[in-house]
Amino acid sequence: MLSRTASNVYWMSRYMERAENTARIVNIVHHMSLLPKSASEENSEWSLPLKITDTLDVFFDRHHSINPPDVLDYITMDENNPSSIYSSILAARENGRAVRGRITSEMWESLNATWLELKRIKERRSKDFDCSRFFEWVKERSHLFRGVTHGTILHDATFHFVRLGTFIERADSTARILDVKYHVLLPSLGDVGGAVDYYQWGALLRSVSAFESYRRVYRDVITPFRVAEMLVLREDMPRSLHACLDEIQAILGAIGGFSGVEARRRAGELHASLHFARMASIFKFGLHEFLTDFLSRITDLSEEIHSSFFVYGEGAASVLEPTGIGVQE
Amino acid sequence: MQSAHPFFKPDSGAFFDEMRSAGENVRSPYKIFSDWFETVPKEILQQKRQEAEILFQRLGITFSVYAEILQNERMIPFDIIPRILSAREWARISAGACQRIKAINMFLNDIYRDQEIFRAGILPSRQVLEHPQFLPQMRGLDVPGGIYVHIAGIDIVRTGENDFFVLEDNLRIPSGVSYMIENRRMMMRLFPNLFTCHPIAPVEHYPQLLLDNLRAVAPGGGNDPTIVLLTPGAYNSAYFEHAFLAQQMGIELVEGQDLFVRDRKVYMRTTMGPQRVDVIYRRVDDAFLDPLVFRPDSVLGVPGLLSAYKSGNVALANAIGTGVADDKATYVHVPEFIRFYLDEEPILPNVQTYRLSEREDCLYVLDHLEDLVIKEVQGSGGYGMLVGPTSTKQEIEEYRIRILDNPANFIAQPTLALSTCPTFSESGIVPCHVDLRPFVLSGRSVSMVPGGLTRVALKENSLVVNSSQGGGTKDTWVLED
Repeated sequence: MLSRTASNVYWMSRYMERAENTARIVNIVHHMSLLPKSASEENSEWSLPLKITDTLDVFFDRHHSINPPDVLDYITMDENNPSSIYSSILAARENGRAVRGRITSEMWESLNATWLELKRIKERRSKDFDCSRFFEWVKERSHLFRGVTHGTILHDATFHFVRLGTFIERADSTARILDVKYHVLLPSLGDVGGAVDYYQWGALLRSVSAFESYRRVYRDVITPFRVAEMLVLREDMPRSLHACLDEIQAILGAIGGFSGVEARRRAGELHASLHFARMASIFKFGLHEFLTDFLSRITDLSEEIHSSFFVYGEGAASVLEPTGIGVQE
Repeated sequence: MQSAHPFFKPDSGAFFDEMRSAGENVRSPYKIFSDWFETVPKEILQQKRQEAEILFQRLGITFSVYAEILQNERMIPFDIIPRILSAREWARISAGACQRIKAINMFLNDIYRDQEIFRAGILPSRQVLEHPQFLPQMRGLDVPGGIYVHIAGIDIVRTGENDFFVLEDNLRIPSGVSYMIENRRMMMRLFPNLFTCHPIAPVEHYPQLLLDNLRAVAPGGGNDPTIVLLTPGAYNSAYFEHAFLAQQMGIELVEGQDLFVRDRKVYMRTTMGPQRVDVIYRRVDDAFLDPLVFRPDSVLGVPGLLSAYKSGNVALANAIGTGVADDKATYVHVPEFIRFYLDEEPILPNVQTYRLSEREDCLYVLDHLEDLVIKEVQGSGGYGMLVGPTSTKQEIEEYRIRILDNPANFIAQPTLALSTCPTFSESGIVPCHVDLRPFVLSGRSVSMVPGGLTRVALKENSLVVNSSQGGGTKDTWVLED
């Protein structure tokens, strides 16, 4: 398929997934902020979504302190924040618009309706903006879009690139959530096992829709070790790193072709490192170190996807010189 | 959608109405519709109108204006009262439009090859050869099937029961066909009942027909040619249509940057490497197609495209250099082309047109500026024209100076008492002026789908129907016998 089209559908679904994940993160922070706590704890909670999306510095360029309504607005509706939910949905829609002839009408309609509704919500929101409802809405629209995609599009290369975007973004996001929470939220030793601990780890699980699954799998108290195991290694947990890499590896295999060799190799390597890993060793190595390494490798992989599939032929003439290798007539 | 003519005649209330002739009797194509329309509660119609608006917005059927992004994706207003044509009326329109395009293709083939028409003295060679849209690069070129205009939009106006006129031939990159199809889908969604009680000829197979014609012009008649649609990009005003047609035909929608030329062959950049392209349905103007030959600043085109085209390795639809045939100075001669090339009498007449390049015409026009519509020969989109009867003395005098500066750059036409069709407006249902743009396809054969885009001047007393100037559209029904 056309390189530009592949790039557009890939980013379309990445941005939609990003909007959903941002909504998940902020929703949980919002819920946690309803628990009694000290001002400094609240402050640290509300810096979380900014840390996860790497926008803390930019936020402080424009604000003096962490103030919940400011953070909320910045992360949801600020059009100058490229990571805001608003910007992500806009980017998803613009990428979709650029290939509206290639995705199905239903996909485009879903995307466009989301955008129109978002604009309306942004214009009409007031001080007592019901953000929980908004986050639910974002999640629902993302679910709907994914469902419409699966239910309508031909399972050809376009579909593969749509899904590739989803899982690259999801892997990246789950790793960030786990990493930042693990470090920022680790309660003081005296709190371990207490109510705050329970709510915070519960919140983390909820943010990736894993709370109920955790109960079913472990039937036991929530511990950091198990939470990490669940979100890193469990293959049957749809937002875990392992599950994402399963998908990515399979998708790259389905895309096939000579140009994807290096992307497939990197994905395979990363997949193997999860597939054959043990949680105990990861903890011994340090979960934070492990996640930092994972994030840099997923970035490498997405860069490789970019250069293998999307920028083919920048200076195509020279690529083809002198033998014209790879020209398919 | 370009072209416009002020739809209006001073001091006359008597326009031909598509629904009611002489203001009273319902014309036969509207009989069944009118019975239904009289009985349906007006609230229902209002509700359907709103529904249509929401649906169009949701579908993202918009056109955007250059340089104004996002906020300015406007919708072309859609009117729910259809324009209805009888089978007999359509038979004449379609025969006339096809005849015209056959002659125009022969004319283009002639001027770029043998130039018999100059020897026959039908029009002076200077008028063609010095025309800025006459492209010397096309001289002597063998175009597949001798077809230059694969897709044409013919603007047709009506002033009476049997009085149809061709106002303009759009032979470059005519747009609007997506609205013809989307308007039909919308009407079927809103008023399914009307389709069970009317024998309405379908139009939705247009993309199929277009694809078939594009396949037919592939170089070497290769089997399974790769066809692409070349768009200027997502911010072009007709982008919706480009995406729509590519999707409906199942072909790639490409931008200039997606294509490259090597060894005089065109390739597109794909995830699997370069892929050869055989036919380009291009919706980019001639001037932007190849920066090596035309505008060097163009980023919308493909460097080297013309070399591939001239080598016969890729087909362009439409061919380049067709603009010479659709300007208003050439338009005047189309009836003569029909007689010369086809030895037939024109089925659809032109609107009477004065050529200011002719001394007599010029003198007459300068004497009657206040009664006429003056247009620039190459103007389009309803801009740059003078509507005598509605202009002030000062406007007329200013325009007179422009004319005197270069008379040959202008033509004049009488104001036309163009037909009206009942239309929803702010003040209720009123007769508004309409025109019709049917589309003619050439390639395998010369054919049309029965219908077209009816444009309507939505504001009462508004004279211009252009989409860029506030016009709307209607579904166009051709009834089968």
